[in-house]
Amino acid sequence: MTAIASPVRTGSLRRTGADWMGLAFHGVLLLSLLVSLLILLTLIVDVVGRGAPVLAERGLDFLTSPTSSRPAQAGVAQGIFGTLMMAALVALLAFPIGILTAIYLEEYASDSRLTRLINVNIRNLAGVPSVVYGLLGLAIFVIALRDVTGGRSMIAGGITLAILVLPIVIITSAEAIRSVPRSLREAGYGVGASRWEVTRLLVLPSAAPGILTGTVLSLSRALGETAPLILAGAVLGGFSTGSKDIVEQIFGRYTVLPVTIFDWARRPQADFRELTAAAIVVLLVVTLLANAIAIYLRNRYEGAR
Amino acid sequence: MTINAAHPEPPLSWKLQGRSNRRRRERLVHAVLLAAALVSVLVSALIVVSLLGGAVDFLSRIDPSQLLADGWYPRRDEFGLLTLFAGSLLVTGMATLVAVPIGLLAAIYLAEYANRRARRIVKPVLEILAGIPSVVLGFFALTWLSPHVVQRLNPSASDFNLMAAGLGVGVLTIPLIASVSEDAMRAVPASIREASYGLGARRITTSLAVVIPAATSGIVAAVILGVSRAVGETMVVAVAAGGSGGARFTLDPYDQGQTITAAMASLAAGTDQVAGGNAAYQSLFFLGLLLFAVTFVLNQVGDVFVRRTRQQY
Amino acid sequence: MTMTQPPPSLPPPSSRPPMAVPIRVDAAASRAGGGDGEAPAPKPAVELRDVSVYYGSFRAVRNVTFDAPANAITALIGPSGSGKSTLLRAINRMNDLIPGARTEGEVLYHGQNLYAPDVDPVEVRRRIGMVFQKPNPFPKSIYDNVAFGPRINGFKGNLDELVEQSLRRAVLWDEVKDKLRQSGLALSGGQQQRLCIARAIAVEPEIILMDEPASALDPRSTLQIEELMAELRARYTIVIVTHNMQQAARASDYTVFLNMGEDRAGYIVERARTIDIFTNPKSQLTEDYVSGRFG
Repeated sequence: MTAIASPVRTGSLRRTGADWMGLAFHGVLLLSLLVSLLILLTLIVDVVGRGAPVLAERGLDFLTSPTSSRPAQAGVAQGIFGTLMMAALVALLAFPIGILTAIYLEEYASDSRLTRLINVNIRNLAGVPSVVYGLLGLAIFVIALRDVTGGRSMIAGGITLAILVLPIVIITSAEAIRSVPRSLREAGYGVGASRWEVTRLLVLPSAAPGILTGTVLSLSRALGETAPLILAGAVLGGFSTGSKDIVEQIFGRYTVLPVTIFDWARRPQADFRELTAAAIVVLLVVTLLANAIAIYLRNRYEGAR
Repeated sequence: MTINAAHPEPPLSWKLQGRSNRRRRERLVHAVLLAAALVSVLVSALIVVSLLGGAVDFLSRIDPSQLLADGWYPRRDEFGLLTLFAGSLLVTGMATLVAVPIGLLAAIYLAEYANRRARRIVKPVLEILAGIPSVVLGFFALTWLSPHVVQRLNPSASDFNLMAAGLGVGVLTIPLIASVSEDAMRAVPASIREASYGLGARRITTSLAVVIPAATSGIVAAVILGVSRAVGETMVVAVAAGGSGGARFTLDPYDQGQTITAAMASLAAGTDQVAGGNAAYQSLFFLGLLLFAVTFVLNQVGDVFVRRTRQQY
Repeated sequence: MTMTQPPPSLPPPSSRPPMAVPIRVDAAASRAGGGDGEAPAPKPAVELRDVSVYYGSFRAVRNVTFDAPANAITALIGPSGSGKSTLLRAINRMNDLIPGARTEGEVLYHGQNLYAPDVDPVEVRRRIGMVFQKPNPFPKSIYDNVAFGPRINGFKGNLDELVEQSLRRAVLWDEVKDKLRQSGLALSGGQQQRLCIARAIAVEPEIILMDEPASALDPRSTLQIEELMAELRARYTIVIVTHNMQQAARASDYTVFLNMGEDRAGYIVERARTIDIFTNPKSQLTEDYVSGRFG
């Protein structure tokens, strides 16, 4: 009877040699991560390098001057003002509607065709390119509702951005509400609380951190958007707000920081390159700050669970 | 309504119908919440209406042959769609070539290799990358990627070129592909990995031969969603690819070009008057409709794969 | 009275060992009246008439009829899947919260059917409270946990007194009186469950439903809960679901035995005084279950 060769090596258990392939692969992985990190760093270093001198030289003047065709005088004041106003409008319009929608979907809606339609619809809206929302803003709020909004006005732009951000607010809020454990709701119902009482007094306080994180993230996304506002009528180039009061400005022309950046980036003069970089630094500070706050909030509350 | 210490005699059983104002309040709340939810449905309807209205108007004004023009020069009434399709295809293609390998590898690292310290560094980097506004990336593509990467590869490339835009869009898409793929890989149950390690496989084998095949639907979903994102990206191209005012048909990535999205931005940023009734202006909506249709289809397909990942486990 | 052997009428199968743990039927349980020519059955706090509960098209509970006498402890026992919890939750309309759940039949409380169309489930739950299997205090202070129910129901009296009274009745006051502002989640498992009982008591229900209240607790806490139940009986009616037969025998006055039928729906096999169910069951199935032959 011939011996059957064992298919398994019965040699020593020690490693026979270095695991070259494994190490190489690990190296490739780290390399790809390095590339991402390097890209990020290069971007930041390059932008800051170009923009810092302008900020150092002109500092406050840069932040408080309106845009201009002359590089030495151009500043981001109008952009900053517009961005801040956009933040307020988006928060005012998108957050309440978005959170209420999330509450409806998670706490009140039955499993009907309408509910499924709403859910599918929201997921679809989340995937629509931002420039299409600009078209919506243009067609409806700038053109059709011209008499109400004042045409190419800040409010029209604000509504457009709020609509853009709405699906994100809904989705993140719904997730936060969904992650509240069922036992909490049952305990509330068990002592005779009504649905709204359970929602308002138990579910929402528990979901608040997640909802907060979601809204801050959506805000930072909105503040970086350019294309929808270009379509919805933000001003490229110079305009004056003169002595208009806040209400007139809301129904009047405006610009935001990203649009200012786009405007300057297109100009041929070399000086505008540096100005663009400086404006980018300001924008990055704003958006990265918002992102950082959101991430911090999320980590803090996820850790506490 | 006071609550007695001992049981009330007789109990308030006739009040089982509940206080009427409490029930009224509940009904009101329900109505308000439903109204909020219907806003999102209204938004969809409005999108369709705005796009269709303008697109139909556009098509009614032009002769179909204009759509086959050799370039996209809207102000000269040349609406060569192929130019834009070619541009979008080139940019999206290059973006995918950049984003998929880097994103996938990052996902593999995060899902299979990274320890907690590494995650704490890598995840924020990806999240910061995801938070960079696209106009900033466009500027970066124009002022750094173009001279230092594209023109190194081909010194005769123009300053504005499609490749710089493509690379920029790719960088933008990396975080999306990385996060969706990572979710897919993490969804693969630990038991499958353990089975592989239990047979004596090393990490690389387990990752490549076991986890990735198991996470295929999720990875496919990531790529599709990444492509959809890249197609819809506007500002990087608008800044870095040139072509404002119009572009000739080209398949050369080193050339200037125009995508569907950047053409829209150009149209809107070019004129300063509202709703001229001219065809050039209405072409904006037609392009929007095309873009919406393409990304909608891509998203639906992507969602199918996302659902498949969830269903498997 | 202690029983260590099964009733003599059964032939002992050779392979079956005698019952390992004797089932002790409490003297207190024999206080429950009814049967054998003694005082008439006490007034029911709630009556179930032909109750069936469906989840969608699946029937979980089939045609259950029984009374839960006032100021007594009624235990629902039975193997897994016999619909005990579903039945319990039908009493205070907690099943309404599950989409697709439907209840047929009547649950009569003071002569009114709780499932009548104009009845508000919220009001039902104010009068029929519930304690759950896993303690679920609110993420609030101990004080606010107990005060929650009264507050939302418009209590206008002295809240501090009510909170103290409820905590005393739940035998928790002495342990927490100095830390009422601390989070309810910081308590031990047994304390949390007593807090949940205090919370349920604070709205002055007439009936308290308990769904396996001690199954997630250690033996000492379990005993504390059972002692607490015996005290609560004076003021409230208690219906308890338990999978622990010894607990049912120790702690309850009446027992309802449910079993899962061929159609996977729970149905009522027998309902009697606890002492009778465990020492002299009318049904062979009951006998088999309480002596541990199945379930």
